Amino acid sequence: MGIVTLTIDNREVKAEEGMTVLEAARGAGIEIPTLCWHEKLKPYTVCRICVVDVDARGWTSLDTACSRPVKEGLVVRTRSAKIDRIRKTILELLLAHAPDSPKLREYASEYGADRDRFEKDPSFCIDCGLCVRYCAEVKKKNAVGFVDRGIRREICFVPEVALRECNGCKECFPLCPTSYLQAAFVLVQALTAPAQPEKP
Amino acid sequence: MDIKGIDKIIEKHGGVAGLLIQVLLEIQGENHWLPKEALERVSERLRVPMSRIQHIATFYKAFSLVPKGRHEVHVCTGTSCHVRGASRILDAVKDHTGIEPGETDVDSKFSVETVNCLGCCALGPLLVVNGKTHGRLSPAEASEVMKKYG
Ligand code: SF4
Ligand code: FES
Repeated sequence: MGIVTLTIDNREVKAEEGMTVLEAARGAGIEIPTLCWHEKLKPYTVCRICVVDVDARGWTSLDTACSRPVKEGLVVRTRSAKIDRIRKTILELLLAHAPDSPKLREYASEYGADRDRFEKDPSFCIDCGLCVRYCAEVKKKNAVGFVDRGIRREICFVPEVALRECNGCKECFPLCPTSYLQAAFVLVQALTAPAQPEKP
Repeated sequence: MDIKGIDKIIEKHGGVAGLLIQVLLEIQGENHWLPKEALERVSERLRVPMSRIQHIATFYKAFSLVPKGRHEVHVCTGTSCHVRGASRILDAVKDHTGIEPGETDVDSKFSVETVNCLGCCALGPLLVVNGKTHGRLSPAEASEVMKKYG
């Protein structure tokens, strides 16, 4: 694997080809916030909190650091007035769903996000997909998945699989950026809900 | 719908996981809803995890995970039908069936859904029952149509 040199926040950073901007930055001690990223999982790019300014041979654009591959000569800025403003709005929107998430509140104080800016709709889940993807990609059990779409999208355990697998695992619980109890609650719901209606 | 019927549909599509949606659509078309046993069979044969099938079956409005009534009623509430009085057609349908869009009555006689444009706006307002289109209706005519189905 070749080594490439890029610039992150005016610092020269060396990274291995195939790495993402996020990994290169973290390797150099530059912190970029993430919510839907996990080292063992493929980039999912849904939370957008890791947005950075990327300048590739004169073309500047905003991109998600967790998915952008490093390249020779790339110029990355991880903080700017614009980026901070974007992150602030994202946090405010997410806080409407999970107002008490420690992780969100930590980032909120960093970016000056107002927890009460938007009307609260505490669904707790922010659809980051960490639990769902961890179960599928790492554990290969597929005990939990998403259901529905748009604003009604939520996680849901498959009772038959959950009954077999979850008690001995529960590794997805601590991954949740909003609350340890979120997945736990939905799991219990799946295991105790009445069966499907009978045929008419 | 029995397992054999489901297997037939799966085999018709060559048991390819990529054709999952086609398989589900066909089961939905024949059976009018997707029973859990059917989804489990599809999951087994196509080797697609249930969590994924669950996601897809709840994502598209074309699929139903609960039994549907014998008569499927669709009221178009797209823009053209809306300005031509779709809401009053819907009221007539609600009065006749006693249910809201998205519901099925206790006798499993009717299922009512609203749709957003069926592509024949010139016929609006539109009422579709069991695939048969009734266009340019007044609310009273809509009630008459509904009565024909019980
Ligand atoms: S329950 Fe938590 S980990 Fe799972 S998708 Fe929702 S926010 Fe993410
Ligand atoms: S961490 Fe990059 S989009 Fe979520």
